[in-house]
Amino acid sequence: MMISNGIEDEEKWLAEGIAGIQHNAFYLHRALDSNNLREALKYSAQLLSELRTSRLSPHKYYELYMRAFDELRRLEIFFKEEDRHGCPVIDLYELVQHAGNILPRLYLLCTVGSVYIKSKEAPAKDILRDLVEMCRAVQHPVRGLFLRSYLAQVSRDKLPDIGSEYEGEGDTVMDAVEFVLQNFTEMNKLWVRMQHQGPHREKEKLEKERNELRDLVGKNLHVLSQIEGIDLEMYRDTVLPSVLEQIVNCKDELAQYYLMDCIIQVFPDEYHLQTLETLLSACPQLQPTVDLKTVLSQLMERLSNYASLNPELLPEFLQVEAFSKLSNAIGKVMEAQVDMPVVGAISLYVSLLTFTLRVHPDRLDYVDQVLGACVKILSGKPKLEDSKATKQVVALLSAPLDKYDDIVTALTLSNYPRVMDHLDAGTNKVMAMVIIRSIMKNKSWVSTSDKVEVLFELIKGLIKDLEGISTDELDEEDFNEEQNSVACLMHMLYNDEPEEMLKIICTVWKHVMSGGPKRLPFTVPSLVFSALKLVRRLQGQDGDVGGEEVPATPKKIFQLLNQIIETLSVVPAPELALRLYLQCAEAANDCDLEPVAYDFFTQSFVLYEEEVADSKAQVTAIHLIIGTLQRVNVFGVENRDTLTHKATGYSAKLLKKPDQCRAVYACSHLFWVDDQDGIKDGERVLLCLKRSLRIANAAQQMTNVTRGSSGPVTLFVEILNKYLYFFEKGNPQITASVIQGLIELIKTEMQSDNAVVNPVSDAFFTSTLRYIQFQKEKGGAMGEKYDSIKLGG
Amino acid sequence: MNILVASLFLVSSSDDANAFFYSQNYIIGAFKPACSITISLADGKSRKQVALKENGKTVLIPIFHNQETISGKISIEPISGKKVEHNGIKVELLGQIETYFDRGNFYDFTFLVRELDIPGEIYERKTFPFEFPTVEMPYETYNGANVRLRYVLKVSISRNYGGSIVEYQDFVVRNCSPPPSINNSIKMEVGIEDCLHIEFEYNKSKYHLKDVIVGKIYFLLVRIKIKNMDLEIRRRESTGSGTNTHVETETLAKFELMDGAPVRGESIPVRLFLSPYELAPTYLNINNKFSVKYYLNLVLVDEEDRRYFKQQEITMYRLSETS
Repeated sequence: MMISNGIEDEEKWLAEGIAGIQHNAFYLHRALDSNNLREALKYSAQLLSELRTSRLSPHKYYELYMRAFDELRRLEIFFKEEDRHGCPVIDLYELVQHAGNILPRLYLLCTVGSVYIKSKEAPAKDILRDLVEMCRAVQHPVRGLFLRSYLAQVSRDKLPDIGSEYEGEGDTVMDAVEFVLQNFTEMNKLWVRMQHQGPHREKEKLEKERNELRDLVGKNLHVLSQIEGIDLEMYRDTVLPSVLEQIVNCKDELAQYYLMDCIIQVFPDEYHLQTLETLLSACPQLQPTVDLKTVLSQLMERLSNYASLNPELLPEFLQVEAFSKLSNAIGKVMEAQVDMPVVGAISLYVSLLTFTLRVHPDRLDYVDQVLGACVKILSGKPKLEDSKATKQVVALLSAPLDKYDDIVTALTLSNYPRVMDHLDAGTNKVMAMVIIRSIMKNKSWVSTSDKVEVLFELIKGLIKDLEGISTDELDEEDFNEEQNSVACLMHMLYNDEPEEMLKIICTVWKHVMSGGPKRLPFTVPSLVFSALKLVRRLQGQDGDVGGEEVPATPKKIFQLLNQIIETLSVVPAPELALRLYLQCAEAANDCDLEPVAYDFFTQSFVLYEEEVADSKAQVTAIHLIIGTLQRVNVFGVENRDTLTHKATGYSAKLLKKPDQCRAVYACSHLFWVDDQDGIKDGERVLLCLKRSLRIANAAQQMTNVTRGSSGPVTLFVEILNKYLYFFEKGNPQITASVIQGLIELIKTEMQSDNAVVNPVSDAFFTSTLRYIQFQKEKGGAMGEKYDSIKLGG
Repeated sequence: MNILVASLFLVSSSDDANAFFYSQNYIIGAFKPACSITISLADGKSRKQVALKENGKTVLIPIFHNQETISGKISIEPISGKKVEHNGIKVELLGQIETYFDRGNFYDFTFLVRELDIPGEIYERKTFPFEFPTVEMPYETYNGANVRLRYVLKVSISRNYGGSIVEYQDFVVRNCSPPPSINNSIKMEVGIEDCLHIEFEYNKSKYHLKDVIVGKIYFLLVRIKIKNMDLEIRRRESTGSGTNTHVETETLAKFELMDGAPVRGESIPVRLFLSPYELAPTYLNINNKFSVKYYLNLVLVDEEDRRYFKQQEITMYRLSETS
């Protein structure tokens, strides 16, 4: 209620003021029309008296001011035409000073002053100096600011600038500068003083109003920047020191922030670069609450834009030591502003880093210096809790990654991991992911174990459990994604030199080991395959390796692999370990290392026996073992017998009959390797097949008993296909008659009373028969072979 | 405040327009005296005049200086053929001081007389030349609150019956003085302890009537919220002497110097043109009857409308217009 009344009152007062101006303007116009100077002065003074009000907020006052301003324009035109009023301008200049009230008097004086300068009857500098001095008489902040702003407005096109018509005969650009500087100084003083006027409880409102007036003050700096005659020398020696002196001395947060920003925005980049030291030295002297980080960020932003638009200027940046100056200044600001929150400090360094990366991309030492400074700030403080600060640190750490497209560069920055240490665990992980993604995106290889060491130190948040983060809180999906990324990352760690590569692997291993059972299933396979890749590279040169000195031999690597896979037992992950052992066995086979391969198979079997309990898993495992064993050719007869024996044995011991059957007929391949030197033991093949037939038969009967109907004939058809395979491969034990018998058997089965029609197995059988028919008709050697199989009936 | 502004551009002295010059005489003529008396000064057309307000009318009155010769002609014209009998005609030049506390009692400090005609009769218009050579008129015409100093030419036709016929012609005396050889500035530090300390400076202590007061007010200490600051010109007129002294102070000018509250270290410029105001020179102990002095009064008003002021005497003098 109070407030709305206040606003209504203000509206009323404004309306009254406007009415007063309009009333007097009417008589003023009449006086102007009749060229009556005295009346014109009288009514203009009365009109301007409306501006003496103290009751309006700056916003409303501005409205009133603009009305008066318009009338003063008409008056100025009248003043210019001496033949209309008959009073020489010099007399006019005195005449208006007879006004009893100061505010109208000074508005009129400025108006005549402007005409006076234009008449060139007196040196511009004298008039300007007189005007700016006389304006001191208005000490009321708002009224003074508007008055001086009027002065600035009417004088701005009449300054004795270089090339202006008001220059010369003792009027130099220096006079223009002094005038604007003085007006600026006085306006700023008034503006700063505004906060002390009025009751304290309205402080907030006052600050808001004050902020609305800032552009009146800032306009002076704009005028300064428009003065052509201010060259670098004058800017450096006169303009900037004076402006800074005022900014520092006013000791006001709002003004200091706004004006520093103004300086940065209005004057040319080139000047900033050449006066960097002066400009920066003012910063630590400002009030401790001034938002210097924004100010300095703006400056650095401008300078880096300047540098990137004008690459030829780079030597200049080096010459003025822009980086070290900025860096020092930031350091000093930190010292001066003890209470600056960490987020502010870090964001300042983010700006500096951005500047460095844009201006001096080749100077890694600068980048590291910036990071080092951040470490200094962060050290001795608890881990960052403030999410904004964390964001800034992430920005800080991401900047070099984005710039260099190459993590390797970042790895050479000694302070990089030290900054990361100050992140909380969650952010640390996020940052680690950023690093990994950057590596993946840019396909940058990490090629030495030292770098790998550094890298893993950086991403240790992903590698192991960090303190302070409970594993219960982890989102499983996130965790999986993170660990998958780590797994991917391992393939980016590569060196052509086997020894270095081995070192890399060892380093990775060391870190992976610390990851705990949750991570190992993700990381171990990658590591294993990375090591196997190395083995593959070495296997060709194995022959000419001297042996004793070289650490990177396949044997060594296999030993390491053994250890690596062994760790999976703590998870436990027997199936995964089994697969990896088989992979190793195959690699060992290719390296011609029989004992090693044998050992891996042994490990696989042990796992199978002791750890793989689930029947489904057993089926998968046994097929994997069989498949691998089939491909392996390094074994001597004895070893091979042992292993195949084991494999067939386990196959026959599977729980479900169909599984047994299938595993056993798969085992038949262990005795017939379709290679030149492959083992071809037709008898044992047949044994396997027969055995599988028996099992199939048993399965069929079992179904009959339990379900009352016989199962599908699928198993028989599958076995038939195996027969056909070996028949074609030339196994002497597999004859056409045996096949014939099997076909008959299947047909009988299908026609039996208990048979259940199963379209899948029927189709499978039909197409098998069609294949036989096809082979028969094809003719040639194979056709002849098939000829004896009769399909009729 | 409107009154102030309105008065500002009023320029007082006037050298133009003779339109109302003899108006007074026509009015006297309306009372039907036996004859009309016209006093015309030798250089009446070219002599400078000043507009003075008298009984609500503005009249133009000629200006003389000390030791000027006052001469002219006096014409006496009987109305419509009547004759005027008289016991002699004379013209007097009077310098009078009239104090209002001593009403009706004129004190003539100058009394000169010329006999124009011996007793006789006048039938038709008759003109008499007269001359007062190098008249001592040390004092200026002055019209104050409680005292008036005037110069007048008085023509009397004394008669036995019907009373004397008298005609007056006022004139104004203004005396210029050369610029003073010593004219120090006025500079002073004043204040209220722990509240307000200022130092003010006016460039001179003696100003001529069209002079400009230039100076500055320097704030050494400000602990009160000042609203504005004015410079006043005050005239202090004292009449009588001893216990009978009457003092009248009048503010002739109120000129705003500053708007708003200054802070320590501010220096406010003063530039006051004196020409718009109706000022006269300082008169010290005129014929032991009265004195008129001028003061600059610096007034600071705070937000509770308390006034703080400091008064400084200045000497006013009339500068010869040719110098």
